[in-house]
Amino acid sequence: MFSYCSDPASLEGLQWLSCYLTTGKHMGFYVAFGTVLLLLAITAPLALLFGFGGAIAARAHFLPLSWFGKGYIAIVRGVPDIAFFLFFVIALDQGIEWVRHKIKCPDWDQPIRQGSDFLVCDIAKMPLGTSPQWIHEVYGFSLAVVTFAIVFGAFAANVLYGAMSAVPRAQVETAEAYGMTRRQAFWRITVPQMWTYALPGLSNLWMVLIKATPLLFLLGVEDIVYWARELGGSKTAKFTDYPHGDWRMWYFLALLVFYLAFTKVSEVVLARITTRLSHGQATLGGEAQRKAT
Amino acid sequence: MSCLETIQAYAFRSLGYGERLLPRSDFTLCEHFTLIGSGMIWNIYFGTLAVISGFFFANLLAVAKNSSSAMWRKPAEWFIFVFRGSPLFIQFFFAYFLFLELKGFSPILDAFSSAWLGALVVLFFNTSAYSAEIFYGALRSIPKGDIEAADAYGLSGWHRFRRIMWPTMMRLAWPSYTNEAIFLFHATTLVFFSGFPAWRQQGDALYYANYFADKTFNPFVPYPILALYFIMLTLLIIGLFGLVNKRLNRHIPQERRTKMRLRPNLIR
Repeated sequence: MFSYCSDPASLEGLQWLSCYLTTGKHMGFYVAFGTVLLLLAITAPLALLFGFGGAIAARAHFLPLSWFGKGYIAIVRGVPDIAFFLFFVIALDQGIEWVRHKIKCPDWDQPIRQGSDFLVCDIAKMPLGTSPQWIHEVYGFSLAVVTFAIVFGAFAANVLYGAMSAVPRAQVETAEAYGMTRRQAFWRITVPQMWTYALPGLSNLWMVLIKATPLLFLLGVEDIVYWARELGGSKTAKFTDYPHGDWRMWYFLALLVFYLAFTKVSEVVLARITTRLSHGQATLGGEAQRKAT
Repeated sequence: MSCLETIQAYAFRSLGYGERLLPRSDFTLCEHFTLIGSGMIWNIYFGTLAVISGFFFANLLAVAKNSSSAMWRKPAEWFIFVFRGSPLFIQFFFAYFLFLELKGFSPILDAFSSAWLGALVVLFFNTSAYSAEIFYGALRSIPKGDIEAADAYGLSGWHRFRRIMWPTMMRLAWPSYTNEAIFLFHATTLVFFSGFPAWRQQGDALYYANYFADKTFNPFVPYPILALYFIMLTLLIIGLFGLVNKRLNRHIPQERRTKMRLRPNLIR
Protein backbone atom coordinates (compact mmCIF):
# COMPACT_ATOMS: atom_id res chain seq x y z
CA MET A 1 0.00 0.00 0.00
CA PHE A 2 2.77 2.42 0.95
CA SER A 3 5.24 3.45 -1.75
CA TYR A 4 8.20 1.85 0.00
CA CYS A 5 6.46 -1.54 -0.10
CA SER A 6 7.39 -2.18 -3.73
CA ASP A 7 10.40 -4.30 -2.80
CA PRO A 8 9.45 -6.42 0.26
CA ALA A 9 12.81 -8.17 0.42
CA SER A 10 14.58 -4.95 1.45
CA LEU A 11 12.22 -4.14 4.34
CA GLU A 12 13.05 -4.52 8.03
CA GLY A 13 11.20 -4.59 11.36
CA LEU A 14 8.23 -2.27 11.76
CA GLN A 15 8.40 -1.12 8.15
CA TRP A 16 8.05 -4.73 7.04
CA LEU A 17 5.12 -5.19 9.39
CA SER A 18 3.37 -2.04 8.16
CA CYS A 19 3.63 -3.32 4.59
CA TYR A 20 2.61 -6.82 5.61
CA LEU A 21 -0.49 -5.59 7.39
CA THR A 22 -1.67 -3.54 4.41
CA THR A 23 -1.63 -6.21 1.71
CA GLY A 24 -4.77 -6.81 -0.32
CA LYS A 25 -5.65 -9.91 1.67
CA HIS A 26 -5.37 -8.04 4.93
CA MET A 27 -7.75 -5.47 3.54
CA GLY A 28 -10.17 -8.36 3.03
CA PHE A 29 -9.64 -9.26 6.68
CA TYR A 30 -10.47 -5.71 7.81
CA VAL A 31 -13.54 -5.61 5.57
CA ALA A 32 -14.67 -8.86 7.23
CA PHE A 33 -14.96 -7.00 10.55
CA GLY A 34 -17.40 -4.76 8.70
CA THR A 35 -19.25 -7.86 7.48
CA VAL A 36 -19.68 -9.04 11.06
CA LEU A 37 -20.93 -5.63 12.20
CA LEU A 38 -23.27 -5.42 9.20
CA LEU A 39 -24.66 -8.85 10.02
CA LEU A 40 -25.30 -7.76 13.60
CA ALA A 41 -26.91 -4.52 12.43
CA ILE A 42 -29.29 -6.32 10.07
CA THR A 43 -29.93 -9.40 12.18
CA ALA A 44 -30.79 -7.66 15.45
CA PRO A 45 -33.89 -5.81 14.15
CA LEU A 46 -34.90 -8.74 11.97
CA ALA A 47 -34.64 -11.17 14.89
CA LEU A 48 -36.65 -8.74 16.99
CA LEU A 49 -39.30 -8.73 14.30
CA PHE A 50 -39.37 -12.54 14.17
CA GLY A 51 -39.49 -12.56 17.95
CA PHE A 52 -42.38 -10.12 18.01
CA GLY A 53 -44.27 -12.26 15.52
CA GLY A 54 -43.48 -15.40 17.49
CA ALA A 55 -44.60 -13.84 20.76
CA ILE A 56 -47.87 -12.59 19.24
CA ALA A 57 -48.47 -16.02 17.72
CA ALA A 58 -47.81 -17.72 21.06
CA ARG A 59 -50.29 -15.37 22.76
CA ALA A 60 -52.96 -15.80 20.11
CA HIS A 61 -56.36 -17.11 21.11
CA PHE A 62 -56.57 -19.11 17.89
CA LEU A 63 -55.17 -22.45 19.07
CA PRO A 64 -53.19 -23.72 16.04
CA LEU A 65 -51.43 -20.34 15.77
CA SER A 66 -50.60 -20.40 19.46
CA TRP A 67 -49.24 -23.96 19.15
CA PHE A 68 -47.15 -22.85 16.22
CA GLY A 69 -45.67 -19.95 18.20
CA LYS A 70 -44.99 -22.07 21.28
CA GLY A 71 -43.57 -24.91 19.20
CA TYR A 72 -41.22 -22.53 17.38
CA ILE A 73 -39.92 -21.17 20.68
CA ALA A 74 -39.57 -24.55 22.36
CA ILE A 75 -37.89 -26.44 19.54
CA VAL A 76 -35.33 -23.83 18.59
CA ARG A 77 -34.34 -23.34 22.21
CA GLY A 78 -34.15 -27.04 23.00
CA VAL A 79 -31.60 -28.01 20.37
CA PRO A 80 -27.94 -26.93 20.03
CA ASP A 81 -27.84 -23.71 18.07
CA ILE A 82 -25.00 -24.81 15.85
CA ALA A 83 -27.10 -27.74 14.61
CA PHE A 84 -29.76 -25.21 13.63
CA PHE A 85 -27.29 -23.02 11.81
CA LEU A 86 -26.11 -25.96 9.76
CA PHE A 87 -29.65 -27.20 9.20
CA PHE A 88 -31.31 -23.96 8.15
CA VAL A 89 -28.70 -22.93 5.63
CA ILE A 90 -29.17 -26.13 3.60
CA ALA A 91 -32.90 -26.29 4.22
CA LEU A 92 -33.49 -22.67 3.14
CA ASP A 93 -31.29 -23.06 0.09
CA GLN A 94 -33.13 -26.21 -0.99
CA GLY A 95 -36.50 -24.71 -0.17
CA ILE A 96 -35.89 -21.67 -2.37
CA GLU A 97 -34.58 -23.77 -5.24
CA TRP A 98 -37.52 -26.16 -4.92
CA VAL A 99 -40.06 -23.33 -5.12
CA ARG A 100 -38.30 -21.75 -8.09
CA HIS A 101 -38.17 -25.15 -9.74
CA LYS A 102 -41.91 -25.65 -9.33
CA ILE A 103 -42.64 -22.24 -10.84
CA LYS A 104 -40.08 -22.09 -13.64
CA CYS A 105 -39.95 -25.68 -14.84
CA PRO A 106 -43.46 -27.14 -14.54
CA ASP A 107 -42.85 -29.69 -17.30
CA TRP A 108 -39.81 -31.29 -15.62
CA ASP A 109 -40.62 -34.99 -15.28
CA GLN A 110 -37.70 -36.39 -13.27
CA PRO A 111 -37.84 -36.55 -9.47
CA ILE A 112 -35.93 -33.78 -7.67
CA ARG A 113 -34.28 -36.11 -5.21
CA GLN A 114 -32.38 -38.85 -7.03
CA GLY A 115 -30.58 -41.02 -4.52
CA SER A 116 -28.22 -38.63 -2.82
CA ASP A 117 -28.58 -35.80 -5.37
CA PHE A 118 -30.80 -32.78 -5.22
CA LEU A 119 -31.55 -31.90 -8.84
CA VAL A 120 -33.42 -28.86 -10.10
CA CYS A 121 -33.44 -27.46 -13.62
CA ASP A 122 -30.68 -25.00 -14.49
CA ILE A 123 -32.76 -21.82 -14.55
CA ALA A 124 -34.08 -22.62 -11.06
CA LYS A 125 -30.60 -22.61 -9.50
CA MET A 126 -30.17 -19.92 -6.90
CA PRO A 127 -28.14 -17.90 -7.67
CA LEU A 128 -27.77 -18.76 -11.35
CA GLY A 129 -24.53 -20.48 -12.28
CA THR A 130 -23.72 -17.63 -14.64
CA SER A 131 -24.20 -14.75 -12.19
CA PRO A 132 -21.12 -12.85 -10.98
CA GLN A 133 -19.25 -13.63 -7.78
CA TRP A 134 -20.69 -10.78 -5.72
CA ILE A 135 -24.24 -12.09 -6.18
CA HIS A 136 -23.14 -15.43 -4.75
CA GLU A 137 -21.62 -13.65 -1.77
CA VAL A 138 -24.68 -11.49 -1.17
CA TYR A 139 -26.91 -14.56 -1.45
CA GLY A 140 -24.77 -16.48 1.04
CA PHE A 141 -24.80 -13.53 3.38
CA SER A 142 -28.58 -13.16 3.19
CA LEU A 143 -29.04 -16.86 3.91
CA ALA A 144 -26.85 -16.41 6.98
CA VAL A 145 -28.87 -13.37 8.07
CA VAL A 146 -32.19 -15.21 7.74
CA THR A 147 -30.78 -18.24 9.58
CA PHE A 148 -29.56 -16.06 12.43
CA ALA A 149 -32.89 -14.24 12.51
CA ILE A 150 -34.87 -17.48 12.71
CA VAL A 151 -32.77 -18.88 15.53
CA PHE A 152 -32.48 -15.67 17.53
CA GLY A 153 -36.08 -14.82 16.74
CA ALA A 154 -37.07 -17.79 18.87
CA PHE A 155 -35.01 -16.53 21.79
CA ALA A 156 -36.37 -13.01 21.31
CA ALA A 157 -39.92 -14.41 21.11
CA ASN A 158 -39.39 -16.08 24.46
CA VAL A 159 -38.15 -12.85 26.03
CA LEU A 160 -40.94 -10.71 24.54
CA TYR A 161 -43.58 -13.28 25.48
CA GLY A 162 -42.41 -13.05 29.07
CA ALA A 163 -42.29 -9.26 28.93
CA MET A 164 -45.81 -9.00 27.53
CA SER A 165 -47.18 -11.02 30.39
CA ALA A 166 -45.09 -9.00 32.88
CA VAL A 167 -46.95 -5.79 32.09
CA PRO A 168 -49.16 -5.23 35.15
CA ARG A 169 -52.55 -6.83 34.56
CA ALA A 170 -54.35 -3.86 36.10
CA GLN A 171 -53.17 -1.59 33.29
CA VAL A 172 -54.70 -3.77 30.63
CA GLU A 173 -57.90 -4.08 32.67
CA THR A 174 -58.08 -0.31 32.94
CA ALA A 175 -57.70 -0.03 29.18
CA GLU A 176 -60.54 -2.50 28.74
CA ALA A 177 -62.66 -0.59 31.22
CA TYR A 178 -62.19 2.49 29.06
CA GLY A 179 -63.72 0.54 26.21
CA MET A 180 -60.61 -0.37 24.24
CA THR A 181 -60.78 -3.59 22.27
CA ARG A 182 -58.28 -6.38 22.88
CA ARG A 183 -56.27 -5.21 19.91
CA GLN A 184 -56.25 -1.56 20.96
CA ALA A 185 -55.24 -2.42 24.51
CA PHE A 186 -52.41 -4.55 23.17
CA TRP A 187 -50.95 -1.88 20.88
CA ARG A 188 -51.53 1.14 23.13
CA ILE A 189 -50.82 -0.31 26.57
CA THR A 190 -48.92 -3.59 26.45
CA VAL A 191 -46.45 -2.87 23.65
CA PRO A 192 -45.17 0.53 24.85
CA GLN A 193 -44.90 -0.74 28.42
CA MET A 194 -43.22 -4.07 27.85
CA TRP A 195 -39.79 -2.83 26.74
CA THR A 196 -38.48 -2.15 30.20
CA TYR A 197 -39.34 -5.71 31.20
CA ALA A 198 -37.87 -7.12 28.00
CA LEU A 199 -34.62 -5.19 28.19
CA PRO A 200 -32.61 -7.49 30.49
CA GLY A 201 -33.47 -10.48 28.32
CA LEU A 202 -32.84 -8.62 25.09
CA SER A 203 -29.48 -7.31 26.22
CA ASN A 204 -28.51 -10.82 27.22
CA LEU A 205 -29.56 -11.90 23.75
CA TRP A 206 -27.47 -9.19 22.13
CA MET A 207 -24.39 -10.44 23.97
CA VAL A 208 -25.17 -13.95 22.84
CA LEU A 209 -25.67 -12.75 19.26
CA ILE A 210 -22.26 -11.07 19.26
CA LYS A 211 -20.70 -14.30 20.39
CA ALA A 212 -22.49 -16.34 17.74
CA THR A 213 -21.01 -14.36 14.86
CA PRO A 214 -17.89 -16.53 14.47
CA LEU A 215 -20.30 -19.25 13.37
CA LEU A 216 -20.76 -17.26 10.15
CA PHE A 217 -17.67 -18.94 8.85
CA LEU A 218 -19.45 -22.29 9.06
CA LEU A 219 -22.25 -20.86 6.92
CA GLY A 220 -19.88 -20.14 4.06
CA VAL A 221 -19.42 -16.41 4.60
CA GLU A 222 -15.83 -15.12 4.45
CA ASP A 223 -15.78 -13.68 7.95
CA ILE A 224 -13.00 -12.78 10.36
CA VAL A 225 -12.39 -16.36 11.47
CA TYR A 226 -12.03 -17.44 7.85
CA TRP A 227 -9.45 -14.73 7.20
CA ALA A 228 -7.61 -15.31 10.45
CA ARG A 229 -7.08 -18.93 9.48
CA GLU A 230 -6.24 -18.03 5.93
CA LEU A 231 -3.74 -15.28 6.71
CA GLY A 232 -2.26 -16.80 9.84
CA GLY A 233 -1.20 -20.10 8.28
CA SER A 234 2.49 -20.44 7.45
CA LYS A 235 3.57 -18.65 4.30
CA THR A 236 6.60 -19.78 2.34
CA ALA A 237 8.65 -17.44 0.19
CA LYS A 238 7.51 -19.29 -2.92
CA PHE A 239 3.89 -18.10 -2.72
CA THR A 240 4.10 -14.65 -1.18
CA ASP A 241 6.37 -11.65 -0.85
CA TYR A 242 5.91 -11.72 2.91
CA PRO A 243 6.94 -15.16 4.16
CA HIS A 244 6.35 -16.00 7.84
CA GLY A 245 5.75 -18.95 10.12
CA ASP A 246 2.46 -20.15 11.62
CA TRP A 247 0.95 -16.96 13.04
CA ARG A 248 -2.59 -18.19 13.52
CA MET A 249 -2.26 -17.85 17.28
CA TRP A 250 -1.63 -14.11 16.96
CA TYR A 251 -4.53 -13.67 14.61
CA PHE A 252 -6.82 -15.46 17.01
CA LEU A 253 -5.49 -13.37 19.84
CA ALA A 254 -6.55 -10.29 17.84
CA LEU A 255 -10.04 -11.80 17.41
CA LEU A 256 -10.22 -12.55 21.13
CA VAL A 257 -9.37 -8.94 21.94
CA PHE A 258 -11.92 -7.71 19.38
CA TYR A 259 -14.70 -9.76 20.93
CA LEU A 260 -13.78 -8.82 24.49
CA ALA A 261 -13.70 -5.14 23.59
CA PHE A 262 -17.01 -5.39 21.76
CA THR A 263 -18.59 -7.12 24.76
CA LYS A 264 -17.29 -4.45 27.12
CA VAL A 265 -18.59 -1.58 24.97
CA SER A 266 -21.97 -3.29 24.66
CA GLU A 267 -22.16 -3.74 28.42
CA VAL A 268 -21.58 -0.03 28.99
CA VAL A 269 -24.12 1.05 26.35
CA LEU A 270 -26.76 -1.41 27.57
CA ALA A 271 -26.33 -0.23 31.15
CA ARG A 272 -27.07 3.31 29.95
CA ILE A 273 -30.17 2.24 28.03
CA THR A 274 -31.42 0.36 31.09
CA THR A 275 -31.03 3.49 33.20
CA ARG A 276 -32.84 5.55 30.58
CA LEU A 277 -35.73 3.11 30.21
CA SER A 278 -36.34 2.53 33.90
CA HIS A 279 -36.83 6.28 34.33
CA GLY A 280 -40.23 6.84 35.90
CA GLN A 281 -41.22 3.18 35.77
CA ALA A 282 -43.04 1.43 38.56
CA THR A 283 -40.18 -1.05 39.03
CA LEU A 284 -37.38 -1.48 41.57
CA GLY A 285 -34.92 0.24 39.25
CA GLY A 286 -37.24 3.17 38.67
CA GLU A 287 -37.96 3.43 42.39
CA ALA A 288 -34.25 3.55 43.18
CA GLN A 289 -33.81 6.38 40.67
CA ARG A 290 -36.73 8.30 42.18
CA LYS A 291 -35.24 8.03 45.66
CA ALA A 292 -31.77 9.04 44.50
CA THR A 293 -32.88 12.41 43.15
CA MET B 1 -26.80 -55.44 6.88
CA SER B 2 -29.68 -55.85 9.24
CA CYS B 3 -30.27 -53.19 11.84
CA LEU B 4 -28.88 -55.34 14.63
CA GLU B 5 -25.66 -55.88 12.71
CA THR B 6 -25.43 -52.15 12.05
CA ILE B 7 -25.71 -51.45 15.74
CA GLN B 8 -23.02 -54.04 16.49
CA ALA B 9 -20.75 -52.54 13.86
CA TYR B 10 -21.22 -48.86 14.62
CA ALA B 11 -22.47 -48.44 18.18
CA PHE B 12 -18.99 -47.60 19.50
CA ARG B 13 -17.59 -46.32 16.23
CA SER B 14 -16.96 -42.89 17.73
CA LEU B 15 -14.58 -44.42 20.27
CA GLY B 16 -12.71 -46.41 17.64
CA TYR B 17 -14.29 -49.84 18.20
CA GLY B 18 -16.11 -51.75 15.49
CA GLU B 19 -16.22 -51.00 11.79
CA ARG B 20 -13.38 -48.73 10.67
CA LEU B 21 -14.98 -47.20 7.58
CA LEU B 22 -18.12 -45.12 7.66
CA PRO B 23 -20.92 -46.17 5.31
CA ARG B 24 -20.51 -44.43 1.96
CA SER B 25 -23.84 -44.79 0.15
CA ASP B 26 -27.41 -46.05 0.56
CA PHE B 27 -27.69 -44.79 4.09
CA THR B 28 -30.41 -46.46 6.11
CA LEU B 29 -32.35 -44.84 8.91
CA CYS B 30 -30.78 -47.37 11.25
CA GLU B 31 -27.27 -46.18 10.33
CA HIS B 32 -28.32 -42.62 10.96
CA PHE B 33 -29.63 -43.43 14.42
CA THR B 34 -26.71 -45.65 15.39
CA LEU B 35 -23.88 -43.38 14.28
CA ILE B 36 -25.37 -40.16 15.61
CA GLY B 37 -26.14 -41.97 18.85
CA SER B 38 -22.58 -43.25 18.92
CA GLY B 39 -21.35 -39.68 18.61
CA MET B 40 -23.51 -38.71 21.59
CA ILE B 41 -21.04 -40.64 23.77
CA TRP B 42 -18.56 -37.81 23.22
CA ASN B 43 -21.11 -35.12 24.02
CA ILE B 44 -22.01 -36.88 27.24
CA TYR B 45 -18.36 -37.46 28.12
CA PHE B 46 -17.39 -33.82 27.63
CA GLY B 47 -20.51 -32.46 29.28
CA THR B 48 -20.43 -34.70 32.35
CA LEU B 49 -16.76 -34.29 33.16
CA ALA B 50 -16.78 -30.53 32.52
CA VAL B 51 -19.86 -29.96 34.67
CA ILE B 52 -18.56 -32.02 37.58
CA SER B 53 -15.04 -30.57 37.60
CA GLY B 54 -16.26 -27.07 36.74
CA PHE B 55 -18.63 -27.10 39.71
CA PHE B 56 -15.78 -27.09 42.25
CA PHE B 57 -13.72 -24.46 40.47
CA ALA B 58 -16.81 -22.27 40.02
CA ASN B 59 -17.38 -22.30 43.76
CA LEU B 60 -13.82 -21.12 44.35
CA LEU B 61 -14.17 -18.43 41.72
CA ALA B 62 -17.47 -17.16 43.10
CA VAL B 63 -16.04 -16.87 46.59
CA ALA B 64 -12.91 -15.18 45.22
CA LYS B 65 -15.00 -12.68 43.26
CA ASN B 66 -16.93 -11.90 46.42
CA SER B 67 -13.73 -11.41 48.40
CA SER B 68 -12.95 -7.95 49.75
CA SER B 69 -9.25 -8.33 48.98
CA ALA B 70 -8.35 -7.17 45.48
CA MET B 71 -5.67 -9.84 45.24
CA TRP B 72 -8.37 -12.54 45.11
CA ARG B 73 -11.12 -10.52 43.49
CA LYS B 74 -9.31 -9.13 40.45
CA PRO B 75 -8.03 -12.43 39.00
CA ALA B 76 -11.47 -14.00 39.44
CA GLU B 77 -13.18 -11.02 37.80
CA TRP B 78 -10.81 -11.12 34.85
CA PHE B 79 -11.09 -14.86 34.43
CA ILE B 80 -14.89 -14.65 34.37
CA PHE B 81 -14.87 -11.68 32.00
CA VAL B 82 -12.51 -13.33 29.51
CA PHE B 83 -14.36 -16.63 29.38
CA ARG B 84 -17.84 -15.14 29.35
CA GLY B 85 -16.96 -12.27 27.04
CA SER B 86 -15.45 -14.21 24.18
CA PRO B 87 -17.12 -16.79 21.96
CA LEU B 88 -16.51 -20.41 22.89
CA PHE B 89 -15.81 -20.96 19.23
CA ILE B 90 -12.79 -18.63 19.35
CA GLN B 91 -11.70 -20.17 22.64
CA PHE B 92 -11.56 -23.60 21.03
CA PHE B 93 -9.58 -22.37 18.05
CA PHE B 94 -7.24 -20.43 20.25
CA ALA B 95 -6.70 -23.27 22.69
CA TYR B 96 -5.98 -25.72 19.92
CA PHE B 97 -3.23 -23.57 18.40
CA LEU B 98 -1.82 -22.80 21.81
CA PHE B 99 -1.64 -26.48 22.66
CA LEU B 100 -0.04 -27.21 19.29
CA GLU B 101 2.68 -24.65 20.02
CA LEU B 102 3.29 -26.22 23.41
CA LYS B 103 3.43 -29.70 21.96
CA GLY B 104 7.18 -29.79 21.36
CA PHE B 105 8.25 -28.78 24.85
CA SER B 106 7.45 -31.83 26.95
CA PRO B 107 5.79 -35.19 26.36
CA ILE B 108 3.25 -34.45 29.12
CA LEU B 109 1.82 -31.59 27.06
CA ASP B 110 1.27 -33.75 23.98
CA ALA B 111 -2.11 -35.03 25.13
CA PHE B 112 -3.50 -31.50 25.31
CA SER B 113 -3.59 -31.12 21.54
CA SER B 114 -6.03 -34.02 21.24
CA ALA B 115 -9.71 -33.39 21.76
CA TRP B 116 -10.35 -35.70 24.69
CA LEU B 117 -8.17 -33.61 26.99
CA GLY B 118 -7.63 -30.26 25.28
CA ALA B 119 -11.29 -29.57 24.56
CA LEU B 120 -12.21 -30.79 28.03
CA VAL B 121 -9.86 -28.19 29.55
CA VAL B 122 -11.51 -25.41 27.52
CA LEU B 123 -15.01 -26.58 28.43
CA PHE B 124 -13.96 -26.83 32.08
CA PHE B 125 -12.73 -23.23 32.14
CA ASN B 126 -15.74 -22.03 30.19
CA THR B 127 -18.37 -23.66 32.36
CA SER B 128 -16.47 -22.60 35.49
CA ALA B 129 -16.70 -18.96 34.41
CA TYR B 130 -20.41 -19.12 33.59
CA SER B 131 -21.31 -21.07 36.73
CA ALA B 132 -19.13 -18.82 38.87
CA GLU B 133 -21.14 -15.82 37.71
CA ILE B 134 -24.37 -17.63 38.65
CA PHE B 135 -23.00 -18.69 42.05
CA TYR B 136 -21.67 -15.18 42.65
CA GLY B 137 -25.10 -13.73 41.94
CA ALA B 138 -26.65 -16.22 44.35
CA LEU B 139 -24.02 -15.47 46.99
CA ARG B 140 -24.90 -11.78 46.75
CA SER B 141 -28.60 -12.49 47.18
CA ILE B 142 -28.40 -14.60 50.34
CA PRO B 143 -30.98 -13.03 52.68
CA LYS B 144 -29.36 -10.63 55.13
CA GLY B 145 -31.31 -12.20 57.99
CA ASP B 146 -29.69 -15.62 57.45
CA ILE B 147 -26.22 -14.18 57.90
CA GLU B 148 -27.28 -12.17 60.92
CA ALA B 149 -28.78 -15.26 62.50
CA ALA B 150 -25.53 -17.14 61.91
CA ASP B 151 -23.59 -14.31 63.54
CA ALA B 152 -25.98 -14.33 66.48
CA TYR B 153 -25.33 -18.03 67.03
CA GLY B 154 -21.60 -17.37 67.01
CA LEU B 155 -20.85 -19.04 63.72
CA SER B 156 -18.04 -17.37 61.86
CA GLY B 157 -15.51 -17.87 59.10
CA TRP B 158 -15.37 -21.29 57.52
CA HIS B 159 -18.16 -22.70 59.69
CA ARG B 160 -20.55 -19.93 58.74
CA PHE B 161 -19.72 -20.39 55.06
CA ARG B 162 -20.07 -24.16 55.05
CA ARG B 163 -23.20 -24.45 57.16
CA ILE B 164 -25.18 -21.36 56.23
CA MET B 165 -23.92 -19.50 53.19
CA TRP B 166 -22.96 -22.33 50.88
CA PRO B 167 -26.22 -24.33 51.17
CA THR B 168 -28.29 -21.18 50.67
CA MET B 169 -26.16 -20.15 47.72
CA MET B 170 -26.64 -23.57 46.12
CA ARG B 171 -30.38 -23.46 46.72
CA LEU B 172 -30.72 -20.05 45.11
CA ALA B 173 -28.39 -20.77 42.20
CA TRP B 174 -29.68 -24.23 41.33
CA PRO B 175 -32.40 -23.38 38.77
CA SER B 176 -30.03 -21.16 36.77
CA TYR B 177 -27.26 -23.68 37.19
CA THR B 178 -29.50 -26.30 35.60
CA ASN B 179 -29.86 -24.12 32.53
CA GLU B 180 -26.11 -23.61 32.46
CA ALA B 181 -25.56 -27.37 32.51
CA ILE B 182 -28.02 -27.88 29.65
CA PHE B 183 -26.23 -25.26 27.62
CA LEU B 184 -22.87 -26.75 28.33
CA PHE B 185 -24.09 -30.01 26.84
CA HIS B 186 -25.29 -28.12 23.79
CA ALA B 187 -21.95 -26.36 23.56
CA THR B 188 -20.08 -29.67 23.37
CA THR B 189 -21.18 -29.86 19.73
CA LEU B 190 -18.61 -27.19 18.93
CA VAL B 191 -15.64 -29.35 19.93
CA PHE B 192 -15.17 -31.25 16.71
CA PHE B 193 -16.85 -28.70 14.59
CA SER B 194 -14.55 -25.81 15.07
CA GLY B 195 -11.42 -26.38 17.03
CA PHE B 196 -10.18 -29.86 17.49
CA PRO B 197 -9.93 -32.10 14.43
CA ALA B 198 -11.83 -35.39 14.53
CA TRP B 199 -9.19 -38.10 14.51
CA ARG B 200 -10.01 -41.02 12.17
CA GLN B 201 -13.53 -39.68 11.77
CA GLN B 202 -14.25 -40.25 15.45
CA GLY B 203 -16.43 -37.26 16.14
CA ASP B 204 -19.42 -36.29 18.20
CA ALA B 205 -23.09 -36.44 17.28
CA LEU B 206 -23.06 -33.25 15.22
CA TYR B 207 -20.01 -34.45 13.33
CA TYR B 208 -21.89 -37.55 12.13
CA ALA B 209 -25.10 -35.66 11.48
CA ASN B 210 -23.15 -33.25 9.33
CA TYR B 211 -21.41 -36.15 7.58
CA PHE B 212 -24.79 -37.59 6.59
CA ALA B 213 -26.17 -34.21 5.55
CA ASP B 214 -23.13 -33.59 3.37
CA LYS B 215 -23.26 -37.01 1.74
CA THR B 216 -27.00 -37.14 1.07
CA PHE B 217 -27.51 -33.39 0.68
CA ASN B 218 -30.64 -33.94 2.73
CA PRO B 219 -30.71 -32.13 6.08
CA PHE B 220 -34.21 -33.32 6.93
CA VAL B 221 -33.19 -36.74 8.28
CA PRO B 222 -29.93 -36.44 10.31
CA TYR B 223 -30.61 -33.10 12.03
CA PRO B 224 -34.04 -34.04 13.42
CA ILE B 225 -32.45 -37.24 14.77
CA LEU B 226 -29.75 -35.16 16.42
CA ALA B 227 -32.44 -32.86 17.81
CA LEU B 228 -34.30 -35.87 19.20
CA TYR B 229 -31.20 -37.14 20.98
CA PHE B 230 -30.49 -33.73 22.45
CA ILE B 231 -34.04 -33.22 23.63
CA MET B 232 -33.86 -36.59 25.39
CA LEU B 233 -30.54 -35.62 26.95
CA THR B 234 -31.99 -32.30 28.08
CA LEU B 235 -34.95 -34.04 29.72
CA LEU B 236 -32.54 -36.39 31.51
CA ILE B 237 -30.50 -33.47 32.86
CA ILE B 238 -33.65 -31.69 34.01
CA GLY B 239 -34.72 -34.86 35.81
CA LEU B 240 -31.39 -35.35 37.58
CA PHE B 241 -30.99 -31.70 38.54
CA GLY B 242 -34.62 -31.65 39.66
CA LEU B 243 -33.83 -34.38 42.21
CA VAL B 244 -30.97 -32.31 43.59
CA ASN B 245 -33.19 -29.23 43.66
CA LYS B 246 -35.77 -31.15 45.64
CA ARG B 247 -33.17 -32.17 48.18
CA LEU B 248 -31.75 -28.65 48.47
CA ASN B 249 -35.22 -27.27 49.14
CA ARG B 250 -36.55 -30.04 51.39
CA HIS B 251 -36.61 -27.90 54.55
CA ILE B 252 -38.38 -24.94 52.96
CA PRO B 253 -42.17 -24.57 53.22
CA GLN B 254 -43.85 -25.75 50.02
CA GLU B 255 -44.92 -22.39 48.65
CA ARG B 256 -41.58 -20.64 49.15
CA ARG B 257 -39.43 -23.21 47.38
CA THR B 258 -37.36 -21.99 44.45
CA LYS B 259 -39.01 -23.33 41.33
CA MET B 260 -37.12 -25.01 38.56
CA ARG B 261 -37.81 -23.01 35.47
CA LEU B 262 -36.37 -24.03 32.16
CA ARG B 263 -34.90 -20.88 30.66
CA PRO B 264 -32.20 -21.86 28.25
CA ASN B 265 -31.47 -18.54 26.62
CA LEU B 266 -27.72 -18.58 26.45
CA ILE B 267 -25.40 -19.47 23.68
CA ARG B 268 -21.70 -19.02 23.89
